[in-house]
Amino acid sequence: MSTATSTRSELPRRHPLLLVALGVALWVLVYAQLEPLSFALVGLMGLAPGTRLAGAVQFFLYDTPKVLMLLTGVVFLMGIVHTFVSPERTRQALSGRRTGAGNAMAAGLGIVTPFCSCSAVPLFIGFLQAGVPLGVTFSFLIAAPMVNEIALGMLFALFGWRVALLYLAMGLLVAIVAGMALGALGLDGWIEDWVTELRSQPQTAAAPGTTLTWHDRVEAGGQHVREIVGKVWIYIILGVALGAGIHGYVPEDFMASIMGNDAWWSVPAAVLLGVPMYTNAAGVIPIVEALLAKGAALGTALAFMMSVIALSAPELIILRKVLKPKLIATFVAIVATGILLVGVVFNHVL
Amino acid sequence: MKHIKVLGSGCKKCRVTADSIAATAAKLGVEIELEKIEDYAQIASYGVMSTPSVVVDGVVVHSGSVPSPKVIEGWIC
Repeated sequence: MSTATSTRSELPRRHPLLLVALGVALWVLVYAQLEPLSFALVGLMGLAPGTRLAGAVQFFLYDTPKVLMLLTGVVFLMGIVHTFVSPERTRQALSGRRTGAGNAMAAGLGIVTPFCSCSAVPLFIGFLQAGVPLGVTFSFLIAAPMVNEIALGMLFALFGWRVALLYLAMGLLVAIVAGMALGALGLDGWIEDWVTELRSQPQTAAAPGTTLTWHDRVEAGGQHVREIVGKVWIYIILGVALGAGIHGYVPEDFMASIMGNDAWWSVPAAVLLGVPMYTNAAGVIPIVEALLAKGAALGTALAFMMSVIALSAPELIILRKVLKPKLIATFVAIVATGILLVGVVFNHVL
Repeated sequence: MKHIKVLGSGCKKCRVTADSIAATAAKLGVEIELEKIEDYAQIASYGVMSTPSVVVDGVVVHSGSVPSPKVIEGWIC
């Protein structure tokens, strides 16, 4: 493996940006051929055009590479963005910020800062030690896992930029409002005592300063793609296969009666259903696809997706190390209420 | 002898980092003292905000990702 890596990285070391430009050109070229290619393949299989089966197969053959390619592009870009924003830099930007503007900034930075829920605890402590208010810290911790490039990239690839933007707006709104509410309650006493003790010892030690070259950044983008797309490709195939099946066979208004716009209880039901469920952004997409295709309202489907991603047992167990049970319960209640309200509002506005 | 600590709550990347450091040291025939720190209070005391982090002789040298073998060689040589 080491020899393969070293020979592969010899070339881009000299011209990383040229290589990216070549990659983009190739990407565009291949992308433009996907649709004609899918029809050609269906023809080769000898399926009669116009039949349900031919339609479903063509949809699958076109959408699978399309979604994979779009997601790869988004994830690659995000891998490069991550090299510009470190948690330390984000903490510095948020230190001493007031409620409101601070919450909005924290939610926004939560999207672009590299975040893994396994480092949620050191991050939480680091934020508090640098004087970031509790409510602002929560805005970050809500936005970071919920509004990420996998969720946005897959929504964009499968449902278009409107749905992706809507999810982005809903996610930011939930993170800002829930963070502000948690901050206003003044719950600092519900943080575990050992964390409160550490909080009184201001910490300024920054991460080791490293200067990255463009070669490093491009390589980080590639690494991000291998890590993310290597993990979620199976969900994409599942999601598209499900979509293909639905397009052809299941009646259009199957779900509309339970999750459509007219049922007032649909959003609360979706959120309640989503809280105990746990999967990553990629895993929930096939379900969202099924819901939307069958007439579920957009706000309902996205609220469901958010509650699945934002509130999960593993994440709460990690946060329990720094938050007392009362604060965990309040956190869950407020975030769930926020998702619910946003879902209802979007259903009625759209 | 270098004293190397891997800070991390026991996630997969942290294990990979510790294993990779041990393997690199063994390959180069360098003796090191390798320690894994999984206690959150101790991790926080180093001021790092993302794991896995690597501490060499008391100094944080790396944070937030699995270091490449080349980078690891630079620490232990």
